[in-house]
Amino acid sequence: MAAKTLIINGKHVSAEENATILEAATEAGISIPTLCHLDGVYDAGACRLCLVEVAGISKLLPACTTKVAEGMDVSTDTERLRKYRRMTLELLFAERNHVCAVCVSNNHCELQTLAYSQGMEHVRFEYRFPKWEVDNTHALFGMDHNRCILCTRCVRVCWHIEGAGTKNESGRGAKERIITDLNQPWGASDTCTNCGKCVMACPTGALFYKGSTVSEMERDRSKLEFIVTAREKKQWIASE
Amino acid sequence: MVIDDLIAIAEQERAARKKYVIRCCLAAGCMSSNSKGVKEALDVAVKEAGLENDVEVRGVGCMKLCCQGPLVQIDGDGQGATVRIEGNPQGPLYQRVTPEDAASLVATLKGGKTNVQRGDPAQPFFTNQVSIVLANSGIVDPERIESYIAADGYQALHDVLREMTPKDVVEAMIKSGLRGRGGAGYPTGLKWATVAKTPGNQKYVICNADEGDPGAFMDRSVLESDPHSVLEGMAIGAYAVGANQGFIYVRAEYPLAISRLQNAIKQAKQKELLGSGVFESPFNFNIDVRIGAGAFVCGEETALMSSVEGKRGSPRPRPPFPAERGLWSSPTLINNVETFANVPPIFRKGPEWFAGIGTEKSKGTKVFALAGRITNTGLLEVPMGTTLREIVEKMGGGAPDGRKIKAVQTGGPSGGCIPAEALDTPVDYDSLVKLGSIMGSGGMIVMDDTSRMVDVARFFMEFCMDESCGKCIPCRAGTVQMYHLLNKILEGKATPRDLEQLESLCDLVKNTSLCGLGQTAPNPVLSTLRFFRKEYTDLLKEDVYAGPKTDDPGQTNGGPKPEALLPVT
Ligand SMILES: Cc1cc2nc3c(=O)[nH]c(=O)nc-3n(C[C@H](O)[C@H](O)[C@H](O)COP(=O)(O)O)c2cc1C
Ligand code: SF4
Ligand code: FES
Repeated sequence: MAAKTLIINGKHVSAEENATILEAATEAGISIPTLCHLDGVYDAGACRLCLVEVAGISKLLPACTTKVAEGMDVSTDTERLRKYRRMTLELLFAERNHVCAVCVSNNHCELQTLAYSQGMEHVRFEYRFPKWEVDNTHALFGMDHNRCILCTRCVRVCWHIEGAGTKNESGRGAKERIITDLNQPWGASDTCTNCGKCVMACPTGALFYKGSTVSEMERDRSKLEFIVTAREKKQWIASE
Repeated sequence: MVIDDLIAIAEQERAARKKYVIRCCLAAGCMSSNSKGVKEALDVAVKEAGLENDVEVRGVGCMKLCCQGPLVQIDGDGQGATVRIEGNPQGPLYQRVTPEDAASLVATLKGGKTNVQRGDPAQPFFTNQVSIVLANSGIVDPERIESYIAADGYQALHDVLREMTPKDVVEAMIKSGLRGRGGAGYPTGLKWATVAKTPGNQKYVICNADEGDPGAFMDRSVLESDPHSVLEGMAIGAYAVGANQGFIYVRAEYPLAISRLQNAIKQAKQKELLGSGVFESPFNFNIDVRIGAGAFVCGEETALMSSVEGKRGSPRPRPPFPAERGLWSSPTLINNVETFANVPPIFRKGPEWFAGIGTEKSKGTKVFALAGRITNTGLLEVPMGTTLREIVEKMGGGAPDGRKIKAVQTGGPSGGCIPAEALDTPVDYDSLVKLGSIMGSGGMIVMDDTSRMVDVARFFMEFCMDESCGKCIPCRAGTVQMYHLLNKILEGKATPRDLEQLESLCDLVKNTSLCGLGQTAPNPVLSTLRFFRKEYTDLLKEDVYAGPKTDDPGQTNGGPKPEALLPVT
């Protein structure tokens, strides 16, 4: 496989031909903020946090879905990008009811960590305070729509790793939500295999194991990667 | 079917023509004011007058001046003339016809009089139109393939299949200079060339008939009035790119267009103009109709394809473009209804002829659906480069009730408002973009001096907010905040800081959204801010807050440094 050489933040980086900008950057130790991306699952390009600037292209490009090209000159951390990332995060915080202090994922939350790392101290947009329900009908897991950021990781994991197709999206725009099957209570689902992969995949406290209270929950994401590695490379080891 | 059969059908159809043809509009606009009843009454009246052998009552497609419907026009001069021009544009035109009027209309053919309101076929609204796409609209019977064939229909397909290589076809399209009529104006020939060159055993052709812009009805009219021209255009496209299956994606809100399309496809199959071995060549092509639920975002090409595949209609990042990876991951040609409808005339009359119409960079004509505060609401087709003034003042007749036109909105929710001062702008892709608007698919909404521009911006923002698919954050959550801010401004509760925030949201949503819906959603706000800023600032109240500015990316206001906030690990 041919390699490509590109420049990321002024640094020369070599990448595999089919690598994405995100993969090339990660390999070179350059971190790009992501939210909807999850290693091992195909990308949606939805959260727009990984947008980067590429010299000569006026549009911003998502690092998670854009393939590297020879000689590409990428900037991942300009003032403009930082501004957009912060605003995007603020929009998320204002959209539903993200109250870290009472969240099962407090301190283990990707949204929270991102907000810290992007210097988001407060939200300049008006909070929408929508009324979303909590689905506690499943024996093992729960779903709190108030904390959902619609990254669709759970849906992608459910369809493409577990193959159950239980999690789906319904509605559009601000009314979009994650549903179980054709919108029935999770506990009533006859497609759910209780595998828990969606809970492992969720970046916030929207999907949680029952019984875990504030700050108690940790996720086992290596399991997902393990399965994918096993499947694709026939290696029964989790990489790192 | 060979060419002789086609010519025979055309000749037979022409020979069967009667002395008079009473054309009655049966497109959705006139149908909504009972033109179907008018057509039936005309049939009865002709029979009662004993004129069945001399008069044909023909249901036709849109006759363009929709606001005066139901429209009826008579070919022949109505004074017993024996020579009759097919689709005579000068024939007597009757407006707002009711079924009760039928008998007196038929009586005019024998020298009788009628009080039915006469329209003026010599007014600029009609005479300044140049018809390519709408050439058959209002003239042929959209429910009879013979009627289309008699208007030289399917001859271009024959000539293409039997006399040109796919490469010749692509080259002719490039030479014609046709650009996509679905909004962005991408050069059609270039798109066909890309799909043709992409390797693949299975390729598809899709006709985008989602038409979601509020106020737009061009594509619907074309489908209702002349469905075969779209089918023929698609077949020529399929031959050029090497596809054997086509889909037309129509919204369920267009039941008449759907039934006429299905009928047209059935007839074309019966006549072996679709199916296998068309014109006894090795070319196979089938077309199926796919019905969408009317989500605006499903007009976006990647969302549309996802919907055709039976999945949720949400866009995905491009590249890869549909030409490379489209429907079921196969190379796919996707064009708009009007784009395809331009194709048969280009091959009938030659790409040079087409390239001779319009401006240097925008060739041919454009169909507009004129609506809003305008005297003549309806459908018009004008050469590219016609000025907005010509369209809205001369042809459209200006604003009603002696009001003044304030602005013209083009491009629907993705477009912008062009102020009256800029009415002398020629309508072409590039001039409109320079004014912060876009050509769009052809919706043109006129506003008079009673319209409030902030209200207009809010209307479109509400539309985008409701129609956002919800996949990406800037569009999903950003439109909600922008809509909220516009409301706040209209309620007189906003401060200059809110306006600043609105502008920075426009910047964010435009530059970071995934698909065209979000990327263009701020346009109505940006263009009204550009030309009517005072209407916004007049509504603002004093800012009493003296905190950090909204658009300050650093905005630390004395708090801890970001790194210091990181959780201890
Ligand atoms: C939100 C959105 C809605 C769209 N709606 C339509 C539509 O209703 N009809 C259409 O032809 N193109 C629509 N488009 C443009 C299509 O994505 C695509 O560019 C077009 O069908 C290509 O055809 P053309 O090259 O013939 O213009 C839309 C694009 C976006 C972003
Ligand atoms: S821009 Fe809007 S419509 Fe397009 S993908 Fe994002 S949320 Fe969906
Ligand atoms: S991680 Fe790339 S768009 Fe979300």
